[in-house]
Amino acid sequence: MKVLAIRSKTFRESYKEDIRLFQTIWIKVWMGLFIVFLSLLPFLGDPYVVYLVNISSVAAISALGLNILTGFTGQISLGHAAFFAIGAYGTAILASRFSLPFWVSLPAGGIVATVAGLLVGVPCLRLKGLYLAMATMSFGVVIEFLVVTLDGLTKGVRGIAVPPVKLFGYALDSNETLYYLLLSVTALCLITASNIIRTRVGRAFVAIRDRDIAAEVMGVDLVTYKVMAFAISSFYAGIAGGLYAYLMAYIHPEHFSFLLSVQYLAMIIVGGLGSILGSVFGAVFITIVPEFIKSFAEGLSRIFPVLEGRYDDNWNIAAFGLMIVLFLIFEPKGLAGIWGRVKTCFKNWPYTY
Amino acid sequence: MELLEVQSLSLRFGGIVALADLNIKVREGGLHAVIGPNGAGKTSLFNCLSGVYRPTTGNIFLKDREITGMKPHQISRLGIARTFQNIELFANMTVMDNLLLGRHVHMKTGPFSGALFYGRALTEEVHCRLKVEEIIDFLEIEKVRKKPVGSLPYGIQKRVELGRALAMQPNILLLDEPVAGMNVEETEDMARFILDINEELGVTIIMVEHDMGVVMDIAEIVTVLDFGAKIAEGSPQEIQANNRVIEAYLGQE
Repeated sequence: MKVLAIRSKTFRESYKEDIRLFQTIWIKVWMGLFIVFLSLLPFLGDPYVVYLVNISSVAAISALGLNILTGFTGQISLGHAAFFAIGAYGTAILASRFSLPFWVSLPAGGIVATVAGLLVGVPCLRLKGLYLAMATMSFGVVIEFLVVTLDGLTKGVRGIAVPPVKLFGYALDSNETLYYLLLSVTALCLITASNIIRTRVGRAFVAIRDRDIAAEVMGVDLVTYKVMAFAISSFYAGIAGGLYAYLMAYIHPEHFSFLLSVQYLAMIIVGGLGSILGSVFGAVFITIVPEFIKSFAEGLSRIFPVLEGRYDDNWNIAAFGLMIVLFLIFEPKGLAGIWGRVKTCFKNWPYTY
Repeated sequence: MELLEVQSLSLRFGGIVALADLNIKVREGGLHAVIGPNGAGKTSLFNCLSGVYRPTTGNIFLKDREITGMKPHQISRLGIARTFQNIELFANMTVMDNLLLGRHVHMKTGPFSGALFYGRALTEEVHCRLKVEEIIDFLEIEKVRKKPVGSLPYGIQKRVELGRALAMQPNILLLDEPVAGMNVEETEDMARFILDINEELGVTIIMVEHDMGVVMDIAEIVTVLDFGAKIAEGSPQEIQANNRVIEAYLGQE
């Protein structure tokens, strides 16, 4: 008779072990396999898949930033694309005009975005909920306008061509070569964000979201921490923007419209508010789903010739809206919630609870 | 010696007088109860003490230091912790995280060291975890330490809230109706915890409570408020015999 291997060794011997990020050996094994899979992907898949992963990882970093501000700290922002744009333009201008290397221009872009975050965060301190959403949205509109108007700096509607990343003398100018760089930066961002969230600062953020007055009475300085949430959030957005500039090799004001802010918000709602993993799930989902809808529509038109040529981007936007509505109704915890339930199910197997 | 002294404290909201010229002295290590009919200003007093409200006039001294008009987070740093009348826990956080948040003022990790989670940040997490485990042990809530607070029954939530305040290692603990809505056993447990905190940990306690049984049993000094003014102060026996108190609660014959 085969002996059932029931998951064991979940006991821990120190508090240090109890607060580890990856708790069991199995999680480490799965993570390892996932990393191996990701690193082999450029050799297996077609270039388009690699491109999609690249775009998703940029989106994931940016969504992570928004999730820290909106999901964890509870400060609704509809201007996230603005910080993304500031990071992108900061990096692009430094890289093209001052020919600074990647490892200077990318963090610099992040820092420029952080400064912008601080500037927005301070006046927004007294605003909550819808009012904050309005204020951040207006900031987004202002930045959109400035990017077009400050012609001398941003080259306005002509856009900026960004020189490729140069690392150790090699120019990373294709999707495949940038792939590993993007994944490493994404991993770094995810780890640092998880660490921030599980230490003092992260607890203060969540406390502010859940009960701001109680948080203040417990010693959390609301002013400092709200501004800090804005700063951290815009730093991640700025880094994502910088990577985007390098990935696209050309940026244009149209890339950073208000719709992008809404898209980031959709990512964290679909992925899971207040979940690091959820930001990644949401970013990947929202990036990839339009592709699925497109190929689905193409498949349909092959079966029903009547539909031939009827597909356009508006269908995608409509499907998008429907999806968000469905998530809000049926799974408010988003993909991260589903993931958690599936995990518990496997963990408890063969029992129900 | 007095640990906390309130001098002619008044709080007005427009025409409404919430607190009127209040003078209270709290002895170091004392267990001081504040009672009074609904709307007497008990919670307003607590809100002034913890900095949520800024008093209209008057002063509050902690030892020799004036804390009037300080912000809540500054006051919490000076060692004043409190619980709330309606539970104000962070519902989506686990019991553990709620208590760890209570240690916020004793921690130093910022966003940068936190992001690395190595060295000082890690040591600090483990050290605070140890402190929090002591409180969990003291309040007998081991079984729920990793449960989200929102899913716990009311009585346990009250206990967790007490634990969160204790995690701050306060000199003064303000308890706003610690046994409200509890059954007899839960009330007895809570009274026992309050006495232990006062006697073993040596924390000065100021308590607002409507359960006269608890107040008369454990309080050392009782202050009675009515319409924002102090109408009596003394030992539980004196208060029970005080005509003005009986009048405030039951009305005149």
